[in-house]
Formats: sequence, C-alpha cells, structure tokens
Amino acid sequence: MSLTLLNVIVAVVIAIAFAAANAAYLVWAERRGAARIQRRPGPNINGPFGLLQPPLDGIKLMTKQLMIPGGADKILFMVAPVLAMAPAIMSFVTIPFSEGIAAHNMELGVLVIFAFASMGAMAILFAGWGSRNKYSVMASVRAVSQNVSYEIPMLITAITVVMTTGSMDLKMISMAQSGGFWHWNIFPSLQSPLMPISFIIFFICSLAETNRAPFDLGEAESELVAGFHTEYGSMGFGLFFMGEYANIVIGASLTTILFLGGWDCPFGMFPGVWWFLLKIYLLIATFIWIRWTFPRTTIYGLLNLSWKILIPISLFNLLLTAGLLKVF
Amino acid sequence: MILETTQQALQALFAGSVPADEAEAGTPRGNGVLTRDYKTHGYHLDAQVAADQLLAAVTILDEGGFFIESITGVDWIKDNQLEVIYDFSRYDFDTCRVIIRTRMPREKPEVPTISTIYAGANWHERETHDFFGIKFAGHPHLVPLLLPEDADFHPLLKDFKA
Amino acid sequence: MSAPIQLRPDETFLLNVGPQHPATHGVLRVKMQMDGEYIVKAETVLGYVHRMHEKMGENRTYAQYLPNLSRLDYLGALGYTHGHVLAIERAAGIEVPERAEYIRAITVELNRVASHLFWFGAFVMDLGGFSPLMYAIQDREHILDMLEAVTGARLTYCYYRFGGLYNDVDDDFIEAAKRFIPRMRKSLKKYDALVSGNIIFQKRLEGIAPVSAEMCRKYGATGPVARGSGINFDVRKNEPYSVYPEFDFDVPVYHECDSLARYKVRMDEMEQSLRIIEQGLEKLPDGPIMVEKKPKTIKLPVGDYYQAVETARGSFGIRIVSDGDKNAYRLKLRSPTYSNMHLFDEACEGMLIMDALAFMGSLDLVIPEIDR
Repeated sequence: MSLTLLNVIVAVVIAIAFAAANAAYLVWAERRGAARIQRRPGPNINGPFGLLQPPLDGIKLMTKQLMIPGGADKILFMVAPVLAMAPAIMSFVTIPFSEGIAAHNMELGVLVIFAFASMGAMAILFAGWGSRNKYSVMASVRAVSQNVSYEIPMLITAITVVMTTGSMDLKMISMAQSGGFWHWNIFPSLQSPLMPISFIIFFICSLAETNRAPFDLGEAESELVAGFHTEYGSMGFGLFFMGEYANIVIGASLTTILFLGGWDCPFGMFPGVWWFLLKIYLLIATFIWIRWTFPRTTIYGLLNLSWKILIPISLFNLLLTAGLLKVF
Repeated sequence: MILETTQQALQALFAGSVPADEAEAGTPRGNGVLTRDYKTHGYHLDAQVAADQLLAAVTILDEGGFFIESITGVDWIKDNQLEVIYDFSRYDFDTCRVIIRTRMPREKPEVPTISTIYAGANWHERETHDFFGIKFAGHPHLVPLLLPEDADFHPLLKDFKA
Repeated sequence: MSAPIQLRPDETFLLNVGPQHPATHGVLRVKMQMDGEYIVKAETVLGYVHRMHEKMGENRTYAQYLPNLSRLDYLGALGYTHGHVLAIERAAGIEVPERAEYIRAITVELNRVASHLFWFGAFVMDLGGFSPLMYAIQDREHILDMLEAVTGARLTYCYYRFGGLYNDVDDDFIEAAKRFIPRMRKSLKKYDALVSGNIIFQKRLEGIAPVSAEMCRKYGATGPVARGSGINFDVRKNEPYSVYPEFDFDVPVYHECDSLARYKVRMDEMEQSLRIIEQGLEKLPDGPIMVEKKPKTIKLPVGDYYQAVETARGSFGIRIVSDGDKNAYRLKLRSPTYSNMHLFDEACEGMLIMDALAFMGSLDLVIPEIDR
C-alpha cells in the first residue's frame, strides 16, 4: 500500500516539476520565437542561447518587493495568482503522456480538466476586482466574458470526440486512435465527417481560453496598461505568467490527445512519449507564431465569433455525429 | 471667383471707402477690406472689423465654405491695443486665404466667441486667452488649455516679466 | 457594431487615460466619462509638454530660432524647418538656388516617409500586432542613416538656412537614396500583404470613427485626416511652394471617412513620396547651394506674413508679424495636429474605448506639436 502511495506521490511531483519546467522554458521559447519573427536575436546573453534567462528572471521576480495597493481587497488580491496557477498544475496529474506514463489516470479525465480550466476565470475576476483599479476591472470583465463564451464550443467539441470514442478516459481516447495517422480523430470518419472543423474550433477556443493573441483583450497591453494584472509585481505577476504558460501546455496536450492521437506515431511504428512531446511542442510553436503575427480583435468581434459562428457550427457537428452514430 | 465674391460680401459690412494700407508706420489702419500681394504676404484678403461686426464677417466666410486655420493674438503695447487675427482658408482649388482682424483696448480685451459657428475655434480661443488674457464672450469653457489650470498670468503680453 | 446604444449618463465612472499611457503617444491626458466600456464624454487636457515656443520666437532672431522648429514635430522635423525658411525667404525676397530647392524637396520627402513608417509601426502596435513595428523601424533606419550623413542629425534636423543649405549632398547620398527606393517599395508590398490584407486588422478599422467632411471643415482638420474624409486638399498642390510644381505625383483621397481610409491614405502617401524622391534625384541640377548675397541679420519689412507647407500630419502654418526689428514681433505656429486632435472630443462620444484608442492612432498624434 505504501508502495502505491509512494508511486502516486512521485508521479504527482514529477507532473508538477514538468509543469513548472515547461512554464519557465516556454517563456524562453516565446521570447526567442517572437524575436526571430521580428528580426532580432532575443535573449542570448545569459548562458548559451539565453537558456539561463528563465532561472535568472525567476530569481529577479522572487526578490522584488511584494506590493499591495492601498485599499485593495487583501484576500482576493493574494488568492488570485494562486488560483491562476494551482488548477493548471493540478490538471497535469490526469494527462497521460504515454501508455505507462500518467500520474493518476482518471475515468472522467476530460471532465476533470475542464472543471479545473473554468476555475481560471475566477482567478481573473478576483485579480481584477481586488486590485482596486478601473483598468483592471475593465480588463477582467472582458476576460471573463471571453472565457465563458469560449468554454462552450470547446466543451461541445470535446463531447463530440467523447461520443465517437465512447469514453471520457483520456488514455482510452488516445489508445482508440493508435495505429497510424489515418486513425487519428482529426481526419473525417464515417461517423463524424466534420472532424477537421472540430479540430479548428478546438484550436481557436484553446487560444481564447488561455488569453493569447489575437484574443488577449484581458491583458491588452496597449490599451489597458497590463489588464487584470496591472497592480501585480514580483511573484504575483510571476504566478500569473507561469499559470498562463501551464495553461498553454494543457491546451496543447488536450488538443493532441483528443485529435492528434496522443502518443501515437504517424506510421504506427514506435509509439511513445517522444511523439506526444513532439506534437505538443509543434502546437505551442503555432500558438507563438499566431500571437506575434495578428493584431487584436475587438470585444464584439470576439464575442460574435464565439456565439454566432463557433457555437452553431459545433452544435450542428454534435447533432450530426450523434445521428450518424445512431445510424452506423 | 470666390475671392471677388468674398471681398464684396465683406466690403458690404462697411459703409465707406477702402482704408489705406498701414504702410505709414505707427498709425493703425481703419476698419475695412484690403487685398494683399499673395507672393510676399501669403494671403489674399485682409479685413479689419470692429468687435460687433465679427460674427457677421465670420458667418459670411462659413457660408462661403472656408475652414478655420488658426486664431492668433498680437500685443500692440505701443498703441495700447490687443489684436486678434483669424485665419481662414479653403479646401478646393479656388485658393483664397482670408484674414479677419479685430482690435480692442488693452485694459478691457473682450470679443465675442465664434465657436458657435466654427467648433474648432474653441481650443484656439482658449489658447489666445491663455497667452493674452483676451476674454471671448460666450465661450462655453474658457479655462487654460496649455498653461496649468490655476495659471493667472498671460505670458505673451509684452510687459510680462517671468 | 457601433450601433446606437443607450448610454446611461448618470451611471458613469471617470477613467483617466492619463499622461502616462502606452497608447497616447506622448504626454496627453484624456478624461473620459465611461459607461462600462462606452465613452459618454471625453475631455482632452493638454499642456504637459508646453514649452512656449512662441515666446521664444519673440526673444530670438530669425536665425537663432531655426533649431526650435525641429522640436515641435520631431518625427517630421524637416517639413517644419522648411516652412520657416520659406516664410522668411518669401517675406525678405531672397531667391534660393535651384539645387538647394531640389535637395530640400528630396530630404523633406524622405523625412515624410520616415515619419509615416514610425506612425505605421506604432499604430499597428496599438492594435495589438507587435511585429510590424520592428520592420518599420528597420526601414526607417536606412533613411535616418542617409539623412545623418548629410545633415548631421538623426531626428531634430537643422539643415536649411535662409537662402539655401549649409551642407551639400555628395554622391554617397544619391547612391544610397537610389538604392533605398526599390527596397522600400518591396517593404510596402510586404506591409500590404501582412497588415493591410489581414482580416482582423480590417475589421478593427472599418467603419470606426467616421469623421465627415463637414466636421473636418468646422475643426480645420488637414492632412491625411481630411484626405481620408474625401477632401482633396494638399498644400503642395493647392498652394504650390518651393519646387513641387515640377514633380508629378498624385494625392491619395479616400471617401469612406473611417480609420481604414486614413490608414490607406498614409500608406499611399509613402508611395507618392518615393515617386517624388525618384524624380528629384533624376532632375537634381548642379549649382550653388546657397544664395550669393544675403543680409547678415535678416530684418523683415513691417507687416505680417504667412506660409503653409504640407507636413506628414497636415498643413503647418507659420505666421510672422514683424515690426522691422531683427526679432519677430509675434511668431505663431499653426500645428496641424492641434486641429486634428480637436476632432477627438466630439467624435468619440458613444464609442468603445478600444475603438477610441484606434481612432487616436489613426489621427497620427505627436503631442509636442500640439503643445508647442
């Protein structure tokens, strides 16, 4: 019994370490990627290729003074960054990296991850309101409405995949796509001919859920100074920052598992965790690419896209898949 | 051509002859409309009006389709007068620049506002008030624009000692 | 989108888009009464960079005043000094040799392209696209290097003198300018493909902040703001000065009156400036760059003089009232952004704050020019 408990603890610690390392080094990847897109070198002074930059930035953030604005709601102010980071790290526990590698695989994996993701919206609200700053309130209002409206198509698309697979268990969903890329969920199948469109909808929704450009109204730098985390310095900002990157990894992992076959090799030969990592990093590179290419949408353009375009399409897809599943 | 029509319309405000140019230095000229050499001076018509004819003159220009370019104040300390110069110009190719000037005594500088006709005059008049202390009667919000809100000095007056 | 919405003027809060803000391009403060994200009333507060250039004009001789003009609109400084020297030369009757006029026109147009490039980068950055700024600044560096070799300054130029220039251009400059033009045309195509053709960008600007031609007339707006509202007014064509009648170029005018029209006017203006530079380099005559005899201290005859030039932001006017002395009696600077900015208070009522900030970006504001 103690061995199983030890297993679980070690697995959880490794999952957390993976999340933290990713969050730190994705910052480095983003800065280098942004720089290359903008024709400049990016961080290249600290360590080879600037690889020592994240730890040094972490040290800098930890040693700065933690300031709380006068009149701010202290409890909300301090809870918000923790609430942004904790669910993201906890969701890592349920993600299967490979057949044998999963911290604690649950039967309702999809539901658990979405439940944790919706707690992120609360963190934004607490941060915006607790800062006692009009810019923060406006930004958090925008971000919460964005989060809520993009969760819906995301959930509907996930339900479509769950229906075709027959299980909410993330490991089962990945294993159902094994054996070569033609089995992957992204390709249209008999029961679900609109799967590629589902993939695109899911991708757009993960961009919007993680507050990445072109949907970064919550932290619109040029209009609202820094959005809902204007008043945060030092580790408060650091936690928000790392939470955002952890969310990006989760979004990419979920997309991979649901649509791209998880740890499956494209030609069915050597399935393993390396394929999983390769796929999520390719998706994250696309996230970074998109952020530095497009300007920001307006709030009504954003909400229109979700409510008037993505939700009807995903609902139609859901009904179509359900009908075809009944028939075939 | 717009130059002639505007000149006639403005001239109609004054019953009397065209004033002489103020080339005789020292004597300020009388009210009336003059044409200027565009090549040297850069504008075509020069009308000097009394403060109560100002709104009528500006209305003539507004109906003629001119746009307001700028409002300037000048401090003629030797004549003990302040002058306000209104610049107008046109967007189309029928080029005609018109200046309207009006003078007022230095102790009591007051002139009606034209911001009811040209909304853009709002900021120009506030700035002239800032720099010279000229009061524009009827201006909706005559507070300092470029100087601090509590400024009570007028820097461009010739007897202003910093 | 910006459909008529019911504003509730009694449930508003005051948002201070303060002097320090990433979007206001300088020290500008706008007090906005907000109803949620909609602006009920905006009031601009100016004066944070006010340096009283007009009083300096009265305390300095005309030649001593030459550097002041670059500090007004530092991005398009050559246009301003051009206006100043033209006003004095016109009033004093000084004839400028042709080579000097051509070089002046070429450098002013190069400066205009540099100014528009910087506006382009900053505007797209305001909308959230951070990358085009780097490309625009790189292109601008080529221009600044060229101008630095000739004028000695990168930003605040003081190159023109009464009666000509103080330094001639050499072959390096002409070669560099000739190499620059095709490279800039390639860049413009790139910006067209990546930015102007981007659907998010277009949706962000189409139909936003319409400014009618009548409103432009009442406020005296000139430059790309007026040309984006269908008014065909460019001082280089309406009141030709210097050597501009010799050049063959178009004036881009768009009639949609929205922010996208103002954006397109400026992008087209860059192409037209490249045409002028090309023609200027071809037709550059040899000869002296400074007039032979001119008075040591310039004194203008009694009277007042006005000169308007077309700068990157609109029609810059300088009015000199002279009483025969070596200082001006009154020197008035009519800055185009001052009249353009005035539109903002009235036009942004009922807009979302994001649209209002995009509108501010499309007006191309340089605050030191408003405050002088």
